[in-house]
Amino acid sequence: MSEIQPSSPENPKPSTLPVAPFGKVLAVTSGKGGVGKTFVSANLAAALAKRGQRVLVLDADLGLANLDVVLNLYPKITLHDVFTGKAKLEQAIIKAPGGFSVLLAGSGMVEYSRLTPEVRDDFLKIVSGLIPHYDVLLLDTGAGISDVVLFAVSLASEVLVVATPEPTSLTDAYATIKVLVGQQARKTVRLIVNQTARLGDGRAITAQLQQVLDRFVTPESGQGVKLLHLGDIPADPMVRQAVMRRQLLMQTMPGCPAGLAISQLATKVMDTVIPR
Amino acid sequence: MPTGNTRSRRSSNNAREIDLISRTRRQYVLLDFPRSYPNCPVADSTIPSPVSLHDLRLGDALALLKHGGTVDSLVPPQESSIEYLQGVIDGLCELSLKDPLTGLANRRQFHTVLERGIEVVARSGESALLLMLDIDHFKKVNDTHGHQAGDQVLQAIAKCLEGCVRPMDTVARYGGEEFAVVLPNCQVSFGAAVAERIRRAVEALSISISPLVTLHVTVSMGGAYAPEWVRSTTTLWTERADLQLYRAKSEGRNRVCLDHQQVISVSAEEKNMLFGHLALGDPAWIEAVNGDSTHSAAQKVNP
Repeated sequence: MSEIQPSSPENPKPSTLPVAPFGKVLAVTSGKGGVGKTFVSANLAAALAKRGQRVLVLDADLGLANLDVVLNLYPKITLHDVFTGKAKLEQAIIKAPGGFSVLLAGSGMVEYSRLTPEVRDDFLKIVSGLIPHYDVLLLDTGAGISDVVLFAVSLASEVLVVATPEPTSLTDAYATIKVLVGQQARKTVRLIVNQTARLGDGRAITAQLQQVLDRFVTPESGQGVKLLHLGDIPADPMVRQAVMRRQLLMQTMPGCPAGLAISQLATKVMDTVIPR
Repeated sequence: MPTGNTRSRRSSNNAREIDLISRTRRQYVLLDFPRSYPNCPVADSTIPSPVSLHDLRLGDALALLKHGGTVDSLVPPQESSIEYLQGVIDGLCELSLKDPLTGLANRRQFHTVLERGIEVVARSGESALLLMLDIDHFKKVNDTHGHQAGDQVLQAIAKCLEGCVRPMDTVARYGGEEFAVVLPNCQVSFGAAVAERIRRAVEALSISISPLVTLHVTVSMGGAYAPEWVRSTTTLWTERADLQLYRAKSEGRNRVCLDHQQVISVSAEEKNMLFGHLALGDPAWIEAVNGDSTHSAAQKVNP
């Protein structure tokens, strides 16, 4: 045989991109854990809901989900039951305190921390099933740059990367963006800088990252990735308080600096990110 | 597959069992990961086995072993029936993991090795390389010189591949004229050199298929590293290597293409540029880069 043949029935065609990304699906990712990814997802969802959007946050961190902890919700039926066929999708969707819907991964999802063709299909089915019912779907991905994270991000039309000004977080955010450009040919990535200390930190960090990306991550085609600064969330003791009490900041203290920043973030998301 | 290991856990107080397990093939014992043996049913070893060799129909098994050439190494049944039986089982296991034509690992074995490779990479973070090889224009060999010559070419290449790699690496026959090499603990900087060495070795090979006819063949090769510290899947890994093999074929054959996409690394140079300003302790760097006057929400509300 001179031409390469499909090697086996189970992987008929080599492919890197699983599916075309869906509009209005936003992935929130970070590379590094503990930078406030889930906090941003939940509170941004609440702020968007306040603006009349029908929002659903999907706990896409199948292996080590903690959206339930942030929201203080422990439902009986979770995504795990939908995956295993024990429950229907609509049974697992619950209303979160902030006026948006959530689909929690629940415990027992460890077996899904690995991307198998089955997980890929189940996940895809669930996301496409949800799309018609919401204005915005937020995928709260896990930490790291695993197959599951990359797959979840590949379903989204827009990627929101959350980072803090710390060098470790910036390195991981940079590595994530690098992979997304290489693997998914992303042209734009939006950056949210959490826990900023000073005015303008986020913008400066965005510019800095952009410079490094331009220098090292310009694809062969020539057109590089554009990093857009979506907004900053200032370091604010109220955030810690809300997280410790397991309350949504946007519900209990929407007027604190971080709360106002998230409101502004939501406005910007509606103006520039969500397709009309 | 990993019954040996499960048995060793269940019956650690049973010396005879341990003795047996220590003699089983190494790959069963090496599968030291709970994920690898989800609740396989195991016979309770505290009950003495009343099975007599005379009750078993071993004819087909022995015929297979005889064909495979391993029947002579069996411990005679009159010496120790349990060792004899273990030898038969081990021999069958070995046969089921080998490609009969080339003696390389077959596809079944290949998948076990890949799965183990992924576990190791996920746990240790060391990089592992998978190479997929395809003999260029192999159909021509078969059409021109017959299938027997084709088989000889396959055997010669198999031998050559085994000679090119370390004992810890696994060379497998993946399909017709497709081979795969799994190289655990292979540093990213060495991958291209290893692959290139293999390609050259095959290219330099003179395969004599008859006293007068010597053949030369080349291979195309695609390779991919298992994503470090990520628990990936064998399917995704082989898909990526396959994609590179396809690239090597379409770019003209007799070449190596490696996939570097998944290698998530940030070089010192990149880091330096990311935080060069921070390291210098220049407090003005933020102001310097931040040219315009957009304010964040916090500053707007905070007096």
